[in-house]
Order: sequence, then structure tokens, then C-alpha cells
Amino acid sequence: MGRPPREIEALIAAFARLPGLGPRSARRAVLHLLARRAQAMEPLAEALRRVAATARDCSVCGSIDTTDPCAICADPRRANGAICVVEDVADLWAMERAGAFAGRYHVLGGTLSALDAVGPDDLRIPALVARVAAEGVGEVILALPATVEGQTTAHYIAEALAPTGVAVTGLAQGVPVGGELDWLDDGTIGAAMRARRRF
Amino acid sequence: MRRRAVRGSPQASAAAVIRSLRIAGFRSHAEVRLVPEGRPVALWGANGAGKTNLIEAVSMLSPGRGLRAAAPEDLARRGGPGWKVAAELAAPGGDRAVETWAAAGEPRQVRIDGKAAPQAALAGVLRVLWLTPAMDRLWTEAPEGRRRFLDRLTLSFDPGHAAAAQDYDRAMRERNRLLRDQVADARWYAALEAQMAAAGARMAAARAAAVARIARALAAEAVFPVPDLAVTLPQDADDGGDLAAALAAGRRRDMAAGRTLAGPHRADLSAVWAAKGVPAALCSTGEQKALLVSVVLANARALAEDTGQAPALLLDEVAAHLDPDRRAALHRAIGALGCQAFITGTEPALFEGLDALRLRVTERGGESVLEADP
Repeated sequence: MGRPPREIEALIAAFARLPGLGPRSARRAVLHLLARRAQAMEPLAEALRRVAATARDCSVCGSIDTTDPCAICADPRRANGAICVVEDVADLWAMERAGAFAGRYHVLGGTLSALDAVGPDDLRIPALVARVAAEGVGEVILALPATVEGQTTAHYIAEALAPTGVAVTGLAQGVPVGGELDWLDDGTIGAAMRARRRF
Repeated sequence: MRRRAVRGSPQASAAAVIRSLRIAGFRSHAEVRLVPEGRPVALWGANGAGKTNLIEAVSMLSPGRGLRAAAPEDLARRGGPGWKVAAELAAPGGDRAVETWAAAGEPRQVRIDGKAAPQAALAGVLRVLWLTPAMDRLWTEAPEGRRRFLDRLTLSFDPGHAAAAQDYDRAMRERNRLLRDQVADARWYAALEAQMAAAGARMAAARAAAVARIARALAAEAVFPVPDLAVTLPQDADDGGDLAAALAAGRRRDMAAGRTLAGPHRADLSAVWAAKGVPAALCSTGEQKALLVSVVLANARALAEDTGQAPALLLDEVAAHLDPDRRAALHRAIGALGCQAFITGTEPALFEGLDALRLRVTERGGESVLEADP
């Protein structure tokens, strides 16, 4: 049995480099597209062409949009004096899905990790400090992962922002909405206990 | 495939006890079925017969790498598809089914009551304590072994200790990389040191609480020598009660050393035979073993009192080091605790007076074989 033509092999290799896909799943995806060229492959190719031509990194917050500044940074209604700092664009989209925040964002592009050779210069921390001073921000909300790296980054940013006098807050950690205590790990229960509040 | 089921008679107990146990493809054991029904299990046989392998399999019912701290790839029978340990437990809250296994080259998995669960959840079902010959030098070896022992004691009372220790270790490894790379960013150090101080304080508090709890439980000890236990720090690791400040002040020194010198990662567990005022390290081999036995029994008693469930006890070649009086006292203590115990020894006489399911372990053609002792 022959190998696939070189162009199809190149397509499979390109799919296999995507997160969450390996050679086997990449082959399945490409076969799926080949079997549905009109219904699936052409629209996908067109969507990829369009996004490749129009995607922009927002020069203000670091998010990805088709305009620069992005729609959120360009919207005057989002200028409510608060900036929510997130690790990456996926976290920004998660916050937007929740609809719980009406201000603007700042995407760091990662978290500090000496072991992974990610330092302050690799993140958009100086840009955040500059924005706080320039935009008259009253509160910076650190929506960073509850990992050692995430919380180290949060401490670092809080220190970097201290001279500006801006209020720096972090997301609460504890019992998820609809969660039952019996299913929570000990660390989460401990964090929830430490973050308890008066009724 | 050979199947053997060896049955004991039920024993009334408030502890979580192992009603039945199934082991497959684990080191020298191709397939074992045991039905102890909560009775202690005494395993006897020649060296190398597979007694320790069997209790190591039982130790996999707790989180971690088991009583030998073995690499996962060493647990499966050579050339086999992987290993599995499954147990039915009778606990005061109702029966529980626990399974843990690893296919060759795959990570270990856990299922509790038929549902996939994280390894840490095992601690909530059955607590397991052990004493092995590798611990005979505990009081005389380097502090790492005692620190691991201290952390296991602590973890038995406070499962959250594992998360604090992991956070502390992760932050310290980050800081050590900065030190080795000669990074001079004070803000980055301060951010990591804040993490270490928070996690380190939780670790130190949990260790101190565990040692205090064991000390209270040791007061009930009548036969084995009672040690005064204390968590200590070397002079150059003492943070004076403010780890963040000590780390900040010690950055230059740590950079020269290439690692973090102050903090709970250098803690030690000291033990002094209370009645004689003699440090454990200076006691005879038998006395050192007896001191260890008294700590493990106190740990078991404290857990039984605090949680209403005595832990499972895995005692590997313990009896051989004890004189007949202490051996009898150990058997009485196991009976009083009503805990699920597995004890190994080279000859049946070592279990005289112990009401146990006795099994002879022999090795035939590279496979361990279990036979009920009439």
C-alpha cells in the first residue's frame, strides 16, 4: 500500500503539530476533511485564510482580534477603571464567557518560571505598569492560576505596581459554584476556609 | 493462571479492615486472593520468597510509591502487562471498593467505589503505616530519611500536608534556579520567598501538630521505650520564625552555596529515649527498633482515636529484632487496636500468641506461592 501524496503528508504533519493532536488523530482529521472537501475542507481553508490575513495582536492589552486596538480596548464603555490581568488569551475568553467583568484586560503571555526560562522580560509586565499610569486605573485584578508559578507572578506584579498606588486584588480561591465539599481536594477546602467571609 | 483464595474468620472491629484482597502481576506474585476479613495476616517464609512484595502491594492502597519507594516500572512482573491491587474494605461508614493499577509504561490509576479517583483520595479511604528493615538505621542515618518519616507521620494526620510540601518544593526549586543562574532580580526572589514562607509555615505547623499528637499517644505506651520527639533545624537553616525575612537576608549566602539553606526542607526529627535521657542514635540496634515500633504504634493509636479508624499496619521483619516480651506486647497492641495488620517473618514461631491468618510464602520457579498454615 502506497504512502499518501506528499501534499497530504505535509497537511497531516501540520495538524500533528497542533496542541492535543498526535500523528494518529491528525491522520483521522485529514481523512475526515478529504472525505468532505466541499462541506468541511473548503470552509476550513477559507476560515484559516481569512483569520491569517486579519488576526492582530492588540498593542494595548496583548489579546488577539482582527483590529488593533482590539474591540474591548476600543470600546469606551469598557473603560471602567479596572484592568483584569490574565495569563493568556484563552483565560480572557473564559472571563468574557462568564460575563462577570465589564472592564479591560491585560494578557501577560505566560507566568514567571525560572525552571522554564520565562522571566519578567518575557511577559508584558512593563506594559501593564505603563497602562496603569496612563489610563488612570483604580484597580488591577490578578486572575492568574492558583499554581506556584501563577501566584509568584501575582506577587511580582503586586510589587511592581506598589509605587503606583493602584488597588491590586486577586480572584478568590475555594468552593466552586454548585460544588459539594465531599468532592473537593484538601487544598481547595483549606483555601476556602482561609478565605471565609462573614454572612 | 493460578488462583488462590485464603480465608480468615471475621473479626469485629471499628477499624477499616481489608475483607478481601486481590493482587495480580505484582513483582513475584502472579495472582493472589486473600480474604483476611480483618484478621491480622502473618506471612512467613525464607528470604526472597516474596513476603515483602506482598505487603508492598498492600502499601499501594495508599498514595505515593509504596513502602519501597519503588520506581513504577519495577512493580510489574517482568515481561508482564502491568500490575493491579484491588481490595474490598469494611469501614464504619460502609463497604468500600478500592482498585489501583498500572499498565506497563503507563501512569498509576485509582478507582474508588467504581469511579476514577486521584491517588490522594486513597488516604481518605484507608490509612496505611509501615515499618521495614530499611528503616532500621533511621536514627543514625542522614536527616533525609527521618524527614521522610516525619512527613509520612504528618501526612497520616493531615492529608493537606502533601500539597503544602509540593508547593514549597516547587517554589524552592524555582529559587534555586535563580541562585544558580546568578539572577539578581530582588522582586522575583521576594515573590518566590513569599510562596515558600506561606507553604513552609503550613508545613512546619502540620509537622509540629503531628509530633505533639504522637507525644500524647506515646503516654499510653507501657512496654516499648518512649522517645521524646522534636522537630529540629540545623543552626544555619533556622529562620527565627520569619522565613521570608531569613530568605531575603540569606540571598548572597545562598547564591554562593547555589541552593537555599534556610527553611523546613532541612528539618530533622530528633528522638531521645525519655526514661534514660539517651539520644536514639546512641541506643542499641534493638532499642532503636523498639523506639521506632513505639512511634508507629502511637501513630496508629492516635489515628484510631482521632478518626475512629485504625490504620492498616505493615510490619516487615519486625519481630526478629524484638525480645519475646516485646514481641508479645506488639501482638497484644495489634489485637487492642483491632487494625488490619500484615506481619512478615522468617519462621512461624515469631508469631506465637498472635491470633492471625498464617500463610507460608515460598518461591517456585520465580513465582511466589501462598499456602495456609494449618
